[in-house]
Amino acid sequence: MMRTVFILMVFSLFSFSVHASDPLEKGENKSWSFLGPFGTYNKSSLQRGLQVYTEVCSSCHSLKYIAYRNLSDLGYNKEEIKAFSANFTVMDGPNDDGEMFERPGRPSDHFVSPYPNVNAAKAANGGAYPPDLSLITKARGGGADYLYSLLIGYKEAPDSIKVLEGMYYNKYYSGNLIAMPQPLYDDGVVYADGTKASIEQMASDVTEFLSWAAEPEMEERKRTGIAAIAFLLIMAVLSYMAKQQIWANLKKKQT
Amino acid sequence: MKISPPESQFKNPIINWIDTRLPIFTAMNEAVGTEHPTPKNLNYWWNFGSLAGVVLVIMIITGIALAMNYTAHVDHAFDSVERIMRDVNGGWLIRYIHMNGASFFFIVVYIHMARNLYYGSYKAPRELLWILGVVIYLLMMATAFLGYTLPWGQMSFWGATVITNFFSVIPFVGEPIVSWLLGGYTVDNPTLNRFYALHYLLPFVIAGVILLHIVALHRFGSNNPLGIDVKNDKDMIPFHPYYTIKDFFGLSVFLAIFCVFVFFVPNLLGHPENYVPADPLSTPAHIVPEWYLSPFYAILRAVPDKLLGVLAMFGAIGILFILPWLDRSPVRSAHFRPMYKVFYWLFIINMLALGYLGVQNPEGIYLILGRACTAWYFIHFLIIIPLLNVIETPKALPKSISDPIFSSGSSELGATTPRGQK
Ligand code: HEC
Ligand code: HEM
Repeated sequence: MMRTVFILMVFSLFSFSVHASDPLEKGENKSWSFLGPFGTYNKSSLQRGLQVYTEVCSSCHSLKYIAYRNLSDLGYNKEEIKAFSANFTVMDGPNDDGEMFERPGRPSDHFVSPYPNVNAAKAANGGAYPPDLSLITKARGGGADYLYSLLIGYKEAPDSIKVLEGMYYNKYYSGNLIAMPQPLYDDGVVYADGTKASIEQMASDVTEFLSWAAEPEMEERKRTGIAAIAFLLIMAVLSYMAKQQIWANLKKKQT
Repeated sequence: MKISPPESQFKNPIINWIDTRLPIFTAMNEAVGTEHPTPKNLNYWWNFGSLAGVVLVIMIITGIALAMNYTAHVDHAFDSVERIMRDVNGGWLIRYIHMNGASFFFIVVYIHMARNLYYGSYKAPRELLWILGVVIYLLMMATAFLGYTLPWGQMSFWGATVITNFFSVIPFVGEPIVSWLLGGYTVDNPTLNRFYALHYLLPFVIAGVILLHIVALHRFGSNNPLGIDVKNDKDMIPFHPYYTIKDFFGLSVFLAIFCVFVFFVPNLLGHPENYVPADPLSTPAHIVPEWYLSPFYAILRAVPDKLLGVLAMFGAIGILFILPWLDRSPVRSAHFRPMYKVFYWLFIINMLALGYLGVQNPEGIYLILGRACTAWYFIHFLIIIPLLNVIETPKALPKSISDPIFSSGSSELGATTPRGQK
C-alpha cells in the first residue's frame, strides 16, 4: 500500500509539471538528437543553425548570453571564431579621451544585439518585443518542439479569424496571432555545406542551434550524470550488502 | 553534585584529551553513535529524517556557493544567474542541485511528515517534537518562497507579488504591512534585497530548530512501526552501526534518484516562465506556485472570500500544531487502528488532489473539486480525528517489540500515550 502511494506521489509530480506548462496546441514531436540520456548535439546542424540565426533571426532577435568564444562548441577553431567575431561591430569605451568608440568584435564579446535597448526593439517591430533567444527553448512549454512548430506554423488564416495589420497567423502560437512575420522561406539561406534549405530544414537547424544556446552544458551534464549515477548505484549495492551483513549479526545475537 | 567530571573513555588519546575538555565526541556518540539506543524494528520510512538533514546541508553548501556569484539587484539578478549557469565553473551543477534540492527537500519532508501521521508519532510524549517539525516546515516554505524570487524571472516576480498580497486582506493594517514587507508599494529592488538577506538567514534558523528537534527526539527516542513504548534492552539496538549503515544505504538510493533529476531533467519540476526575465508590465497567463506550495494555494482559492481564503490557508497549516490534542486515541500506530488507517489514506489522496488542483485554473469542475477537497481537509482534522477516538476499537497490541504476544485492548500496557502525559 505504502509503495503504491509512493509511486503515485512520484507520478503526480510529473503530472504537475506537465499541467503547469503552457496549454498550447501541441505541434510536431521531432526526435531530436539531443534528447535522451545519451543525447548529443549534431554539430553540422548547429553550424547550419548558426548561419540561419545570423542571416535571418539576428536582424530582430538578440542572443546576449552567448559569446563568440562559445562557438568552439560547434566545432569551430580559434581562427575561425576570431574571423567570425570580427564581422560584427561592437560599441566599446569610454577610452582615455572619454569617448565611446566602435571596434570589430572579439571572441570574448557576447553576440551583438540588433537594437540598443528594449524600446528601440519595440519601436522597430510595431510595438512587439522580439525576445532574446538565448533561453527560448527553456522559456516555453514544449521547448524545442514548440520552437520548431512555431517556425513552420505560418499558414493561411481560416476565414473565421481576422488578421489585423502587422499581425500574422500562426497555427501554434497561443492566440494564433503573432507580431513576427514569417521568418523562413525556402532557400532563405544558402547553406555552406550544400544542404537544401527547405523551411523545415532551416527550422530544424535553428532549433538545434537555439537548444544548444539555451543549454550549452547539456552534453557535459549528461555525461557527468551517467558517471554520478553509476557511482551511486554501486555505492547503494555495496552499502546494502554491508547493511545485510551487519544486521545478520544482530539476528544471530538475538536468537 | 559532581565536583570534577570524569576523564572521557575514548581509545584514541587525542580524541580523549579533547573530549575530556569539550565533550563533542560524547555528544556525537549520543546523537548518532553507539550510545544512542534505537528501537530495533524501524522500517525504511524512518530513513527520511536523516535524509532531510543531509538535504539541508546540501542546500546550505550549494547556496553559499551560489551567493558568491549572485547579484541581488533587479537589473542584474537574472543575468547573474545565467552567468552562474554558463561561465562559473560547475555553476550549472551547483544551481541545478540547489534548484532541485529545494523540491527534494520537500519530497523528503512530506514523506517524513506522512510517516509521523501514519505511526502516530506526534502523540504524547512527542508533541513538542512534532510542533518543532511543523515550525521547520513553515520556515522551509518561507525559505523556498524567498529563494524562488531570487532568479528574478517572471514567476519569481509574480509569485512574490501574489503571495505578499495575501497580507493586504488583513483589516486596517493590511496595506501598511504589505509595503513594510516589500520595502515599497510594489515588488521591486528593496524587496529583492531583503528577500535575499532573509533567504540567506532562514536556513541557519532552520538548522537551529533542527537542533532542538533532535534534543526533543532524544528525550524519548524514536517511535516505531508498532507505536508501542519500548520495554527493555531487548527492544533496542545502538544507532551505530545498525542505523548508520541503513541510513547510508538509503542516502545512496536517494542521491541516485536525485541525480536523475539534476542531470537529466533539471527543469521538470520548475516552470518555463521563470526563464523569462521579470517584467512588471506583463502578467503571465497563469501564475502558479511551486508544486510544494500548491495544496495550500488550492485551499486559498477554494474559498470565495479573500480574507477567509487566507485564513483557511494559514489555518490549514496551523491545525497541524494542535493535532496532538485533536487526536485523543491512545493507540499510536495506524497498524492497530483499522478506521484511522482508511481515513489516513483518504487524507493522503486528498492532499495529492489538492496539490493537483492548486496548479489548475479554479473554474468549473476544478473549483468544485477544490472546494470539496478543502472541506475534507478540515473535516478530517476537526471531525474525523476526534471522532475516531470514540467510535474506533483498536486491535490488540503486542506486549513489546521483541514479544509478539498480543494483549487485548490498549490502555494498560502503555501501548502508547500514557494518560497522565496528555
Ligand atoms: C522581422 C523581425 C523578426 C525576425 C527576422 C524574426 N523574428 Fe522572431 N519575433 C519577432 C517579433 C516582433 C516577435 C514578438 C511576437 C509577439 O510578441 O507577438 C518575435 C517572437 C519570436 C519568438 C517568441 C514566440 C513566443 O512564443 O512568444 C520566437 C521563438 C521567435 N521569434 C523566433 C525567431 C526565430 C528562430 C527567427 C529566425 C528564424 C526569428 N524569430 C526571426 C520578430 C522577428
Ligand atoms: C532551506 C534551505 C534552502 C532552500 C529550501 C532554498 C531554496 C531556494 C530556491 C527554491 C531557489 C530558487 C532556485 C531557482 O529557481 O533558480 C533558491 C535560490 C538561491 N538560493 Fe537558496 N535555498 C536554501 C538555502 C540557501 C542558502 C543557505 C543560501 C546562501 C547562503 C542560498 C542562496 C541562494 C541563492 C544565492 C539563490 C539564487 C540563485 C538561483 O536562483 O539559482 N540558499 N534557493
